[in-house]
Amino acid sequence: MREQILSIIEKNSRIDIKELAVILGMPEIDVANELKKMEEEGVICGYHTLVDWEKTSIEKVTALIEVRVTPQRGQGFDNIAERIYKYPEVHAVYLISGGYDLLVTLEGKSLKEVSNFVSDKLSTLESVLSTATHFILKKYKDHGTILATKTTDERMKITP
Amino acid sequence: MRNPLADQVVALKPSGIRKFFDIVSEMENAISLGVGEPDFETPWFIRDEGIYSLERGRTFYTSNAGLKELKIEICNYLKRRMNLEYHYNNEVLVTVGGSEAIDIGLRAMINPGEEVLIPQPSYVSYEPCAILAGAKPVIIELKHENQFRLTAQELEDAITEKTKVLILPFPNNPTGAIMERKDLEAIAEVIKKHDIFVISDEIYSELSYNGNHVSIANIEGMKERTVLINGFSKAYAMTGWRLGYACGPKAIIEQMIKIHQFAIMCAPTTSQYAAVEALKNGDEEVAKMRDAYNQRRRYLIHAFQEMGLECFEPFGAFYIFPCIKEFGMTSDEFATRFLEEEEVAVVPGTAFGDCGEGFLRISYAYSLENLKIAIGRLERFITKLREEQKG
Repeated sequence: MREQILSIIEKNSRIDIKELAVILGMPEIDVANELKKMEEEGVICGYHTLVDWEKTSIEKVTALIEVRVTPQRGQGFDNIAERIYKYPEVHAVYLISGGYDLLVTLEGKSLKEVSNFVSDKLSTLESVLSTATHFILKKYKDHGTILATKTTDERMKITP
Repeated sequence: MRNPLADQVVALKPSGIRKFFDIVSEMENAISLGVGEPDFETPWFIRDEGIYSLERGRTFYTSNAGLKELKIEICNYLKRRMNLEYHYNNEVLVTVGGSEAIDIGLRAMINPGEEVLIPQPSYVSYEPCAILAGAKPVIIELKHENQFRLTAQELEDAITEKTKVLILPFPNNPTGAIMERKDLEAIAEVIKKHDIFVISDEIYSELSYNGNHVSIANIEGMKERTVLINGFSKAYAMTGWRLGYACGPKAIIEQMIKIHQFAIMCAPTTSQYAAVEALKNGDEEVAKMRDAYNQRRRYLIHAFQEMGLECFEPFGAFYIFPCIKEFGMTSDEFATRFLEEEEVAVVPGTAFGDCGEGFLRISYAYSLENLKIAIGRLERFITKLREEQKG
């Protein structure tokens, strides 16, 4: 049941509970309870909206920053990750296998704002060894959704 | 000048959906629920394999019966999904869609004047194909009270000493009806008793919503008298690739290959390579699409209940077949007015046989968002009709 609910609301969090119950063929009350439980357990962490900011007049710059750090005794990477994710402009922080340790995504109003964050705040943290900043130039697909083109129904309108 | 035409072909009725197609094509804002193909694009990994085969220059004919690799995968698939065993070497033929298999299956089995039993409502090509094969088509009218399943009694009543072949179209287009194992067992007794054969069109087999599809070839004593037809159009959303297959007794498949070889040569090579990939790695993708159809199916059943529109629960394909007899109009009148007044296209049940009168075929090969808009309009329309009836 969880898996089915999640697979639907992951793509459409605005679906109402009644409709969710109908298309899953389950009682409404069970679906509502399960949703509540998943919210409480932190399985469902939020209901966000996927925005293509390019199509608005609001300027945004997104950067991916590779960060190499020195892990701390007894804490591993958790402490330093926390220091970084507490900044509200930081969008995501992942611990990564491979050539560097943390991948930080950052959203700012301008290149300058992002650069300032990196040089003033991130690089100056004691355990940060180095950073490499990549700016996103264009988003083609985000969260499994293709942003670039709108698909049209190519089928003939009536077929046997 | 002499008449250049064949009387038999001229006498064929054109498809009943033509009229609606012409009207809808002119209406820019019309929503259609009239489509008989999946709304999904072919999964990318399958398309990619087709592209790759072109890049490698695999642009030649394949052997008449189809690529060996594909025939082997078809056999693996039928074993895995339906517990059926066919030999890839002489019991499988890859065709240009299921449609070709229906045509050449009939042509390989029918002598002039022999009778072919066609349960209706059903897909539009069985009757003309039977006629062109020289058969006399005999229609079995399926009934709403049986959920449009074929019963042993109906079959028994239709059989004469001239009966040769029964066409078995389940899961069914347009009704969404299925035949469960017990239904198949009942008709299998009659089939064996009268020593007739079956062409089983199972193109919608993957779109079954109350347990796995059961093939009639799986019923004891039936495999040797059944030509099973299936394909890639519906399960893998590959309609435009035109690829299907027929499996059956060697003696019948051999003759079908002969017709196929002279008429077609071989099925499209690119499609065959893509289909190998579909069968090897497609099960998960098929399940995802089935889940999506099933959600829409539940939505429609619920919506019809809410608006008090009589409808049996369909368990197969992607069609729902509501009854509109309460409005005192023919299917054609209903569909025409619905299109004119609400700009939604549905197909009248009569396009699939006279006994489809009083019903509509509504396809749910559309996104839930589209279905919701269309169903909103349907509700408005039938409310209006009910008020007209009162007044």
